[in-house]
Amino acid sequence: MFACLFVPDFRVEAFVCLEPELRLQSVAVLEGKPPLSRIIAMNDRARDAALELGMTRMQAQLRAPEAVLRMRSPEQEATAHASLLDCGHAFSPRVEDTALDHIVIDASGLDRLLGDLSQVAQQIAQRGTSLGLQTNVALASNPDAAIYAAHGFPGITVIPTGAETERLGTLPIENLFPPPETLETLYRWGVRTFAQLAALPEVALSQRLGQEGLQLQKLARGTFARTLVPAEAPLTFQESMELEYPIDLLEPLAFVLARLLEHICARLESRSLATNALHLWLQLEDMDRGSSIFERDLQLPVPMLNPKLFLQLLHLDLKSHPPSAPIGKVRLTADAVRPRFAQGGLFLPVAPEAERLELTLARAKGVVSEERVGVAKVLDTHRPDPFRMERFEVTAPTDKAPVAKQSGRVVKRIFRPPVSVVVLVSNGCPVRLQPHRDVLACSGPWHSSGEWWSDQAWQHEEWDVAVREKEEVALYRIYRDMTKGRWFIAASYD
Amino acid sequence: MFSAAARVLDFSRAQAILADSELGVRRASTLERPSPEMVSTGVPAIDALTGGLPRGALTEIVGPASSGRTSLLLSLLAQATARQEACALVDASDAFDPESAVAAGIDLKRLLWVRCRVTSPCETRTGVARAVIAGKKRTDPGAHVEQALKTADLLLQSGGFGVVVLDLSDVPPAIARRVPLTSWFRFRRAVENTPTVLLALEQQAYAKAAASLVLGLARRNCQWKAIADRAGPSHTRLMGEIEIGAEVLRSQIAIKKRPASAHAHYVLPSAWSIRS
Repeated sequence: MFACLFVPDFRVEAFVCLEPELRLQSVAVLEGKPPLSRIIAMNDRARDAALELGMTRMQAQLRAPEAVLRMRSPEQEATAHASLLDCGHAFSPRVEDTALDHIVIDASGLDRLLGDLSQVAQQIAQRGTSLGLQTNVALASNPDAAIYAAHGFPGITVIPTGAETERLGTLPIENLFPPPETLETLYRWGVRTFAQLAALPEVALSQRLGQEGLQLQKLARGTFARTLVPAEAPLTFQESMELEYPIDLLEPLAFVLARLLEHICARLESRSLATNALHLWLQLEDMDRGSSIFERDLQLPVPMLNPKLFLQLLHLDLKSHPPSAPIGKVRLTADAVRPRFAQGGLFLPVAPEAERLELTLARAKGVVSEERVGVAKVLDTHRPDPFRMERFEVTAPTDKAPVAKQSGRVVKRIFRPPVSVVVLVSNGCPVRLQPHRDVLACSGPWHSSGEWWSDQAWQHEEWDVAVREKEEVALYRIYRDMTKGRWFIAASYD
Repeated sequence: MFSAAARVLDFSRAQAILADSELGVRRASTLERPSPEMVSTGVPAIDALTGGLPRGALTEIVGPASSGRTSLLLSLLAQATARQEACALVDASDAFDPESAVAAGIDLKRLLWVRCRVTSPCETRTGVARAVIAGKKRTDPGAHVEQALKTADLLLQSGGFGVVVLDLSDVPPAIARRVPLTSWFRFRRAVENTPTVLLALEQQAYAKAAASLVLGLARRNCQWKAIADRAGPSHTRLMGEIEIGAEVLRSQIAIKKRPASAHAHYVLPSAWSIRS
């Protein structure tokens, strides 16, 4: 069996799948350069509102002022088509990319998994709805019968094997898309439906219309057999939306992002995939400088599939890195990866949940700043305070845990940046840190220098000092910057 | 209908019956609190004194500068990361030294470090540094503490960390005292019934009744070790060991085996004295 998914008014549906509220309005899609742009597609409500194909924007606005008129977006059509393919791949690996608005699935064996044929068709239609697409689904014994049934009958159609001719018989002959001269001939013969064409004698039809006529008859009978040409859909998950008016606040942008994320997550889910990186691309509409591009990348520590979490992460990221101008177009791309399969152990040490931790870290970065949250990595250099910050990720426990030593030791607390101090020196040793902090004991000097070849050169004379502070005695590491001749407190011992 | 007096009489009679009976029914207030799981600090003297640090509770370690608070913290973190637990350090003064941490045996990959932004060095440091820059214009002196509290709250609510440390060691008491008591109780509530050790490093105890254990540290002595036998110039001396005194200032934890004394002392060797 073969199933065909057909999206009626595909060009309108490309907009409606991302903006579901448009489903209740009359929508028409225009193409061409204004003011010569004309209607090329519309939904049923627009037809009811007396809009017609080929109308100009002005005519459409006069005829139906409440109608939503959108310029054709090939990008959104490509996105809707990708969603259609994802819907197909959720059921079968053999999916034929037949046309922009319909695909054919090899549904053999699905009845054993999902129930009888009507249940299979219902589940396929439900999957399409979850991806925002309103589809006609038809199941038939050959691809072309399924295609004509999906185009001709709304909703779900199941044609049992052998009943194709009877079921397709009522369809108009135009649905076969014959060449104009052939169609004219058939009209002259009084052939208007599939059934009338199917009933013609084969030999007489062949004598008059040749092999083309015979093929049309087989199609009309629903007995034309051909091989399905399955296509491997590329694993690109990209959603985009062109905004009618530029957005200059994050709150309305969050609504747009929520829709894109929900759609992209539904597509990933239909392919049993997750994502570990999201790329946000914004086209900014600057009045002075024209349009510019603003991009943000969101790297996730583990594969995830949670649109609410993604939205919060993107919102926090945009809050800390806001775009510099109103946004005219939004594009979101997700890197597809296999989902994470983790088996928790009863006796494993506690660890933060990856999704929750990511959100917590994003919020913490919003409180301090991005470069101040993470793990420290000590650098292989003699430079003072050598480290760099790296991303914190939950490290999986290993079988052989290291054994910690049972001892404390004197450690340093660093002053960032070093605190400038005035030091009185006697006989080459520091004796007082101004104001009125007597040095009780000192050790040094210890010379340290390096990177004389670069701008980052340093040359220090370091001392360890015990300083009286009121009733207490504190231990510090101080140093004299030999290039500047000034004293600094580098760290305290604790 | 019973009168109020009759109800009181009935209640006292019921109490007497319960007390006489062998049912084992007692007032809830007289029940012993279940002792929390304690984790080792890695310093035997402290473990002997307190039994370790409690999970699911707030512990305060207080003391002046150079009293061994940070070395105790790093020792605890080394133990926790060796147990493969994820740890978090909210560093209000951005004073954590990764080199010292590695030397103390901490697995830095398991330690989340949040460095709160210091608007001006004057507000964070005690003693010399604070005196040196006294008089300079200060801008929002409690901003970094606020950042630290917010971040600590986020991490505690997130959960899953073995140890969460709020390091207010260098925050002057005048600023740290402004932290509302409700914040401390909120932190305590967040870690209750979780395996998280919540630790606060401070100059004075601020959390009051929210803290289950308050440990006071003080530096008793610091030895300056001469490299040569006789006393010589400054470059022939090295800072040697620091003797630390520890005292349990307050504890709400039922310890199974009480130590003989509420005080302990131990010695912290410096890095170079360990090498020698």
